[in-house]
Amino acid sequence: MNYAFEFGQVFAAWDELLAGALRTLWLSAAAMAIGMVVAVLGALGKTNGPVALRWLIDAYIELIRNTPFLIQIFVVFFGLPAIGIRLEADQASLLALVVNVGAYGIEIIRAGIESIATGQVEAGKALGLKPLQVFRLVVLKPAIQAIYPSLTSQFILLMLNSSVCSAIAASELTGAANDIQARNFRSFEVYFVVTGIYFALSLLFWGIFALIERRFLRQPAPR
Amino acid sequence: MRSLGLNEILFILAAARWTLLLSACAFVGGSVGGILIALMRSGRIKALRWFAFGYIKLFQGTPLLMQLVLAFFVPGIFGIDVNPWGAAALGLSLHASAFLGEIWRGSIEVVPRGQWESSAALGLRYWSQMRLVVLPQAFRIAIPPTVGFLVQLIKGTSLASIIGFVELTRAAQVINNATFHPFTIFGIVGLTYFALCWPLSAYSKRMERKLALASR
Repeated sequence: MNYAFEFGQVFAAWDELLAGALRTLWLSAAAMAIGMVVAVLGALGKTNGPVALRWLIDAYIELIRNTPFLIQIFVVFFGLPAIGIRLEADQASLLALVVNVGAYGIEIIRAGIESIATGQVEAGKALGLKPLQVFRLVVLKPAIQAIYPSLTSQFILLMLNSSVCSAIAASELTGAANDIQARNFRSFEVYFVVTGIYFALSLLFWGIFALIERRFLRQPAPR
Repeated sequence: MRSLGLNEILFILAAARWTLLLSACAFVGGSVGGILIALMRSGRIKALRWFAFGYIKLFQGTPLLMQLVLAFFVPGIFGIDVNPWGAAALGLSLHASAFLGEIWRGSIEVVPRGQWESSAALGLRYWSQMRLVVLPQAFRIAIPPTVGFLVQLIKGTSLASIIGFVELTRAAQVINNATFHPFTIFGIVGLTYFALCWPLSAYSKRMERKLALASR
């Protein structure tokens, strides 16, 4: 092994890496937030909508889940201009991520809705809870408890997946890595450090999500 | 500029065999690694349990794209030349080892403790217990999530295009650069992936439902 490591040139570009990491976080958070709106609407449509709508939503879910994200982002970035919709790389990335996470989110939200048995709501009313209390204590909290693990791991998957947006030169962490290594040719060092940053972000969110679950969402022990 | 004709489309579709071959390689490599990781993770040696835990977390906590890029650059540091094909097969195999390892560990651990104890009472040692009693039961449980992961793996091979391996996605990019019909080309490629993945997803879902009914 005669390789001379030069991590100095990578850390010299720390401001670009920091900016890239912040863009990754922003992109992931925005995509998750908008994607959840899509997911809730989709889940409601799938549980209560007319048959044609249900079929359409199913087609959307299956299409997204069975094609690579890279192809989805190419269709959005290179394909949409053909029908007159021209997006910047960052906008196209956000749109593709929203479309992608929305499809996965629908099934998660639907599972949450279905986890509430109607008997529970009736029992809440029979105990004299007010409608708002029923919603808060009998519907919302158990539903969030039920979907919290899948939802949080979906967020981490989304964040890691957003690195693929570098393929259309979006300005996120992997994109920053591409820029830096194109300048100084220290490819291994740059990608090694950036992989470490992604891992640190994953560990951070795993920790935060576990803490929130322990603090706010722990189920009372069955008596 | 070239026009998009039957030849161009056939060129893209023919590249699907590289997607399939890469998926198969990664699945075989990942199965070998996955069995090792699952055995370490569910075994009795503490150091190996921790190693397997760290390995799984590392691959679950970093982007697949970075894993492939590092698989491309790391062998060079040790003076080993890898081509994009080798790097993609190596990276995807290591990736699959972590995910299959975690899936199979879960399948091994849901086999009831009583099965271990009764087979121990019959005088079986660890390997015989595993081979004759636990694994046959774990196998059934493991099928739906394993097939589900295979779909992830097939989709994941598209990222090999970024490190320069010419499979389905890269072939589409090449043809798109020459003809510039992105909507048609990436549409066709998307449908090709769908045709590969959807039957597997449907099978995985059906098996899962069957298993859920059987265990009720």
